This record gives sequence, C-alpha cells and structure tokens, in this order.
Amino acid sequence: MRMEYIGLTEINGPLIVLEGVSGVSYEEMAEITLSGSPSASGASGASSAPGASGNRSRTGRVILIDGDRVVVQVFEGTKGLSLQNTHTRFTGRPLMLPLSPDILGRVFGGGGRPIDGLGPHIAVETRDINGSAINPVSRQYPRACIQTGLSAIDGMATLIRGQKLPIFSGAGLSHNELAAQIVRQARVTGDDEGAFAIVFAAMGVKNDTADFFIRSFEESGALQRVVMFMNLASDPIIERILTPRCALTAAEYLAFDHGYHVLVILTDIASYCEALREFSSSKGEIPSRKGYPSYLYSDLASLYERAGTLVGKPGSVTQMPILTMPNDDITHPIPDLTGYITEGQIVLDRTLAGGGLYPPIAVLPSLSRLMKDGIGRGMTRDDHPTLSSQLFSSYARVQEARALASVIGEDEISETDKCYMTFGRLFEKDFLQQGMTEFRSIDQTLEIGWRTLSVLPREELDRVDAVLLAKHYKGRNTR
Amino acid sequence: MYYVHGVNGPVVTVRGGREFSMMDMVYVGPERLIGEVVGLRGDDIVVQVYEDTAGIMPGHPVEGTGAPMSLKLGPGLIGNIFDGIARPLRTIEKRTGCYLARGVNIPSLDAEKVWKITPRTAVGQTLSPGQVYAECRETNAIRHRVMTPPGVSGRVVYVRKAGDCRVNDTVVKLETPDDVSVKLTLAQEWPIRTPRPVGRRIPVSMPLVTGQRVIDTLFPIAKGGCAAIPGPFGAGKTITQHQLAKWSDADIIIYLGCGERGNEMTQVLEEFGALIDPKSGRPLMERTVLIANTSNMPVAAREASVYTGMTIAEYYRDMGYHVAIMADSTSRWAEALREIAGRLEEMPAEEGFPAYLPSRLAEFYERAGYVSALGDREGSITVVGAVSPQGGDFSEPVTQNTKRFVRCFWALDRQLAYARHFPAINWLSSYSEYLDDLAPWYEARLGRAFGENRARLARLLQEESQLNEIVKLIGADILPEGQKLVIEAARVARLGFLQQNAYHGTDTYMPLKKQAAMLDVVLTLIDEGKKLVDLGIPLGQLTATGIFDRLIRMKYELSDDKGDRLSRYKKDIRDCVARVLADHQ
Repeated sequence: MRMEYIGLTEINGPLIVLEGVSGVSYEEMAEITLSGSPSASGASGASSAPGASGNRSRTGRVILIDGDRVVVQVFEGTKGLSLQNTHTRFTGRPLMLPLSPDILGRVFGGGGRPIDGLGPHIAVETRDINGSAINPVSRQYPRACIQTGLSAIDGMATLIRGQKLPIFSGAGLSHNELAAQIVRQARVTGDDEGAFAIVFAAMGVKNDTADFFIRSFEESGALQRVVMFMNLASDPIIERILTPRCALTAAEYLAFDHGYHVLVILTDIASYCEALREFSSSKGEIPSRKGYPSYLYSDLASLYERAGTLVGKPGSVTQMPILTMPNDDITHPIPDLTGYITEGQIVLDRTLAGGGLYPPIAVLPSLSRLMKDGIGRGMTRDDHPTLSSQLFSSYARVQEARALASVIGEDEISETDKCYMTFGRLFEKDFLQQGMTEFRSIDQTLEIGWRTLSVLPREELDRVDAVLLAKHYKGRNTR
Repeated sequence: MYYVHGVNGPVVTVRGGREFSMMDMVYVGPERLIGEVVGLRGDDIVVQVYEDTAGIMPGHPVEGTGAPMSLKLGPGLIGNIFDGIARPLRTIEKRTGCYLARGVNIPSLDAEKVWKITPRTAVGQTLSPGQVYAECRETNAIRHRVMTPPGVSGRVVYVRKAGDCRVNDTVVKLETPDDVSVKLTLAQEWPIRTPRPVGRRIPVSMPLVTGQRVIDTLFPIAKGGCAAIPGPFGAGKTITQHQLAKWSDADIIIYLGCGERGNEMTQVLEEFGALIDPKSGRPLMERTVLIANTSNMPVAAREASVYTGMTIAEYYRDMGYHVAIMADSTSRWAEALREIAGRLEEMPAEEGFPAYLPSRLAEFYERAGYVSALGDREGSITVVGAVSPQGGDFSEPVTQNTKRFVRCFWALDRQLAYARHFPAINWLSSYSEYLDDLAPWYEARLGRAFGENRARLARLLQEESQLNEIVKLIGADILPEGQKLVIEAARVARLGFLQQNAYHGTDTYMPLKKQAAMLDVVLTLIDEGKKLVDLGIPLGQLTATGIFDRLIRMKYELSDDKGDRLSRYKKDIRDCVARVLADHQ
C-alpha cells in the first residue's frame, strides 16, 4: 500500500522537500492534494484534469533523493501550497503519456492532459515521456527530400524526412508565418504518399501565436491531422519542460507504431531554455554559461535527437523547432548549442525582413546537413547540387561587392563587381522573394536559380562544369 | 552488499562501505546498471552511473567488482560499433530493439564467434610482455596479433593447435618464474583509464598522408602526432574528420562519436561499409572501429568513451599498426566532465569547467605518439580531435587548453564555410609544428623544391590577406600591376588548390606527388606573370586569355593518373604569356 505524507519540510520556488520518506525512486511521479479552502490556491487551471477539483490536485516528479529526504518539482507551481496543507502520494512510476491513434485532432495541455473539453481519450497504451535513445545502428540514414515549395529552402537548404532543422529567428520576424507555410505546403517527392501528421508543441508562446497556428491549421483543413500540446506564456514553467517531451512521445508513437510521417513544430525553444534555467537555479545548481545549467546541451539533445527514421519502420519524425535568438545573437548559448545538435539551421535576417522580403531567409548562414544525400540525380534533379553550390559561392561574393560599393560607391567598382551587384538584387527579388501562398516546384526553383546566375559572366561560375554550363547557362559568354 | 542512499541524475551515493577503491566498477540496482566510483567520503561512496538512473531508490543493492572499469580486447573489435563503454550496439539491437534499454551487460567481444588461429610459439619457449603467441585474420585488411599482456611472462607449457578458436578458449598456458600457471586466451582485459605500457617513444618523422591538399601541403600532421580541428557549427568539422578517416594512410581508424548526432554515426556506418579502401581494396569498415555515444545517450558514458577509444587504439598500436583516432567532439567530452563535476558539487573554474580540465586533456593527448611497443614492433597513434567552441569563439577554455597539448591546429572559419569554401581551414590562423620534423621525409620523396614552394604559397596567401585590407577600402583597380598579380594568383591558389570537393569523385583525394606538381603549376603562373608585369604589360591582358580560370578548374581535370597533364598546364601558361607578349610587341 502507498503511503500518504502530510505536510512538507520546505518549499523553494517550484520545488518541495519532504523528509522521512521511504520507498521512493528517482524520477517517480507524485500526486499532491491540497486540503483547506479552495480559494486559497490560485495556480492556473490549464492543465488540470477535467473532473478533478481544479488546481487542488497537482503533480510532481522526484528530482533528488538523499536518504529519506526527497525533492519534488511541482509541475503546476507551488502557489497556494503551505507546509501544512498538502497530502503527497508517490505513484511508484515515472510520468507516462496515455496514447492511442485518437490523439489526432486533439488539444492537450503542456503536461499531456486534454484541454479541449472532449474528455480523456481511451488509451491503448502509456509511455514514459522521456523516451529512450535510438540505437545508432537502428537508424536509417535520412534521404527522402521534403518539398516545401519555398525556393530558399528547397533550393539551398533542403529539408529531409527525419531531419531536425530549426528556424533561427528573432522577435518580430516572420518565423511563424514561415512555419505555417511549410506545414501547409510540405509534400514528399517520389514514392510513398504515406499518411502525414503534425505534432505542434507550444512552449511559452503568446496566446495570439497559438491562435495563429490553430487558425492556419484550420484554413488548410489540416486540423484533423494535428496533435497540439499547449503551454502558453502564462502557464507554469515546470510544465513547459514536459511539453516537448509529451509532444515527441506522441510523435514517436504515431510515426513508429502507426507509420505516419510526422512533422513536429516546437516553438519557442528559447522559452523552453528559460524555463530550464529558472528551474535549475531554483534547485541551486551551479550555473554555467549565462546562467544556463551545465547540462543544457544534453537536455536539448534529448529532445532534438528524437527525430529520425528507423530501419524497417515506415514512419518518420521530422523536427522543425523555432527559436527566437535573444538579441538576434547566433552565438548565444541557446542557438549555439542547438546548432551543434541539429542537422543545420534556417536563419532569418532582420535586414532582409526590413526590406520587405518574405521569407527573410539569410541564405549564407543557413544550412541543411542532410541535403547532399537527398538531392541530385534520381531525387530532385542532377544539376541541383552544382547549382546550389554556385549560388552560395556567388552570393557570398555579392556581400564582398556590396561592402566595397558601400565604401567607394557603386559607380567606382569593377565591371565584374557590378555584375555581382545585379545578381544579388535579382537573386533576392526573384529567387528568395515568394508569396505566402506560392508553391514552387523543384524545377521552377532551379530554373529561377539558373536564370539569376546567367547575369554573371560565364567565367565567374567556377563551380559548374562545361556540360552543365552549356545546358543551363543563358548569359553572355565573355566578360 | 551495499545499498543506495541518494540519487541526483547520474550521480548515486552509496552508504556503508570502505572497501571500494577510486574508479572501481560497480553494478547499481536490480537492473545492474554499470557505474564507477568517483568519490569516497567517509562511509559515503559516490558513484557515477553510465545509464539513466530513473527508478533507482534508496535501499537498492550496489555490488562492487573490485576492479576498475576495463575493456576486453581481442579479435572482433574491427568493423564493429560500440557505445561509450564498449558494448556492441548491433548485439544490443538484437536484444532490445530500436531503442537502447538499460542494464544490458553484453561483453565487447562475441564469445561464440570462431576464429582460425595460427600459433606463433611452441612449448618450451619463453614469452615476455608484448610477444605474439598467435595470429588470426580479423578482417581481410587486418591481421590480429595476439600478444602476451603487459606484466605477464613465463615459459610456455601448452599451445593450442592451429585452427578454430573462440575468444575465451585457452590458447597458451604459461608457467611464470614464480611457478604460477597462467592461461592466455585470444582476449585480454585492460583498464580504460590506464595507458598501456610501451617500450620507448620514438620521435615523429613520418606524416599521416591524408590526400587533403591544405593539410598535406600546408599543415601536415605526423604519424603519432595530435591535431585539433576547432570550428563553429556548420564549418565542416565532421566532414573533415570523415575525409581523414576515409583517405588517411593509417592502418586502423578509431572513429569516436562523442556526444554528436545519431544520424552522423549511421552515415559513417553506411558509407564506410560501401567505400573501398584504395590501399587494401576492401571496404573501409574492415579497418574501422566505431564508438558511438550520441548526444542523447548517458552523459557519464560519454565521458568514458574517449578512454574506450584510446584503449582500443593502444591495443592495435601494440600490434604494430598505425592507428588514427578521430574524436568528434572533444568539447562534448569536456562538457560531460563539467556536467558531472556540477553534480558532484565540485568547485567550478573557468566557464564552469572543473579545474582539472587541462590535466584531463593532457592525459588524453599524451597517450598519442610514435612508439616502439613491447615486443619490439613500431606503431603509432595519431589523434585528431574536433573542438566545438561555444559561439565559435576560440578563446574559450577547451580550445585554449587543447592548443597547449596539440602541435597541429586546423582552425575552421565561419566565413569560409558561408562561402562554401571547403575544407574551411583558415590558412592564416592554422599552424603545424610538425613541419620541421617532417621536412626530411618530404624532401626525400618530393625533392627540395617542395619545401620552398610550400613557403612561397604561405607567403603568397599572407600577402594577399594584407592586400585585401586595402582592396576592401579602395577596390582592386587602383593597385599596381604587381599586386594585382598577387591577388589573382592567390585566388587561383585558394579556389584551385586549397578548396577541395569532398563529394567529387576524384577531387576528394589527391596523392602527394600530384599535390606537389599542382603547387608547382600555380607558382609557375606567378613567375611567368611577373615577366609581363616587369615589362609594364597590364595584367588584364593575361587575365583575358582565361588562363587563371582554367587553372582553377585544373583539379577536376586531373582524374586520370597521367602526370604529363600537369606539365601541359605549365606549357599553357608559357604559351599564354608568349601570346600576350607577341600582341604587345
């Protein structure tokens, strides 16, 4: 029989401490009930189970055991708890997420409980939300390209099924619009038109942002294929730490048990990391860079590495985390550590956005590490790798020409540099710029690419061999 | 039997025993999770556990093994893939499916696999440490020499017949000088944190030839040397490591994925299984050992993984092989140290890293070297460690401390990577201290001119970077003709020579002789161009012949092994110059 402990020894931020406890295991779940008048408590009710008496019942998890002293983190926050008014019971098992194919189309709170008023679904099974690491030998190296219909992504940083490709953005940039467009337009080139599902995890985003996504899913008629996990900006931070884990557990279940191709949108990773820092400091841990805990890398990896495809399983988990870089700083610990784990990044740029360009994707720092094996002959088109490499190198040269022109004036630069200036403008206007509802096929994207390159003298295309030049180059032949 | 007292992430405290020694291996809990003793405080024993500790509770049993964390070394390591504490991942997959489960205690070597052995000793002979007593073919590329373990010697009283043998079968029985009988099998155990003893160290004198032009020509690394590849994400650390693993002339590659991406390990597995080693004509996997402790696998095992890799490397070095370790990435290892130090509530030093970070790095890199092993065979371990500096800032502690213990520094550059100039090794901030050590070797094979040419190339690039400062301000048109030549020639050197396409069928690897000849062509261009400039002929006339752009494409046209092609380029240069000269007159 399970013991119930009355009262607490200590409350510290989201943590409670109990003493004299026995038979409790690490990471085990606890149920905390408040006695006394209901009005005394005031935590948000977003994640409370329907039917339960509001926020008077809370859940927590054991995060430290020292003999008979146990530290528990309370997901819904400790507001309203006192040292006397609580009854704590340990459940004897870790946090499990109930799962069934019926979760499609449902909305859950950040802690995995339904909040759409439809009541609990009938669980076929439950799973530990922490998941387990995929054995590297069981992974299938991802090769199937996902067409997003956006030239900047398809042409220059191709998204691959099973990849984790974050959007590095800044406050006020159009990352949400971009993510919504990708969700609307994404399709897989080639063979199996398998079932497609979206798992959307909101971590500390504003209500408006969450609404924007729901509306966008509705408009595209995708709502029945979306599972949502909502932890809004005003919801408790401890729950925010669980949100992506619940979402990924659901994604893995849909992908590897039911064969769906799942696209997971995690927004916003920055809020998640802030929550982690807040939680870590309340535990009294030794802070590392900028106050973030020393295990930030391992923690982020435990989320991002849950993307992939497995040998002999039909489904896939593709992740597109959205990350607003604090102060647009790509060397900040959050984007920095993310970049070291994810397979590339799509970077949005404020200058481009300021010039009215959509999508404002900064092509040079953007990268898709899995692109090289997912494009080319038999997958997209044989000239794709060469074209993208040439566009990168030429566009890099544009930056040099612009820097020079800004010092000595555009009239004074060499004829070649002037060509590069023209190319730069054309590349941004024709290739990057795109409507929010415009879908471009791979062929269209590549043709625009060659057309823009053709304003450069033939000799400047140093990455293209003679055969491809003859076939695709439409410009003047000499300098 | 001892019992768990407290749990904090991977750190478990055990109470009530004084028999444990530091670094002893222990089994924790009913699932027998593997751990290691990292602290002893009175009756409290601090254990770091190599697996997820969820579910561990006070009162769970803890069992000591009385020995430090050890690795079973023998045939079957090559071609295999292990986690950070040398558990074979393929076997784990068969046992537990796609996801890693806990408490899977599988030995590194397959006990049932049968090897065909040939004994190399006879009854009555005396064996001393390092002496080979049997051999077997481990893969088609590697002959496994079964050696007498360090610290064991004696007279042979029994030898197994040639033929089938499993790793745990007795091959030789010895009688030691103090009359103890010792059975030797195909395998031996060695504690991973202890360097294996060697006969003596030999000064480095041979390069590890990599086929990468910027490395072999400008910043070579010696067999037995250490190099660091620091770079921000996306700068190409992993691809550079893959290239070295594929093309370097080491006999055996240990590829150590320490806290990196799972898909990258899968890629190595797939690619190395399919790629053919130019030397042996066999798949590269037949000379490769993979250690995969990806970023989401337990952090304590990540800390141990570098020692596991190094111990395997030392074992094959002792057989007389040249081994290269690709450690990707040492920063993740340092972070694992930091994470565990934080859990142990140790006093943090710079950036939260523990104060012993430099000494741990030194211990690791100093296990590399060119040695005469026990048993008088020459072997070497070359270490190439990737460093992932926070924010790409090389002033952080891991990069700075690594710099103290390596002699070769390949600095990857974000700007070069953005321009897709790969390998993005910055030629101004990289260096190799091995140049002088290796000079005699290069001179013997490529002639004296090569050393001079290399110095000229380095000067040319240096000069270009200074001129670029001016060009940025006033544009290139105003420069004197001589300096324009420097800029144009340096462009040929950068795009044509330093840039190398890892995905191009032939450009991915270039033999040394060809590198030297190609360098010669680039320098001829300067010499010939200079003649025109001296006569006051504008450089534009030479540019108009298109010779610069032809030379940039030269590397792609060298696919066939005909040496005369390169001399043809020289002739082309002279022809172009002659034509300009004729026009001028």
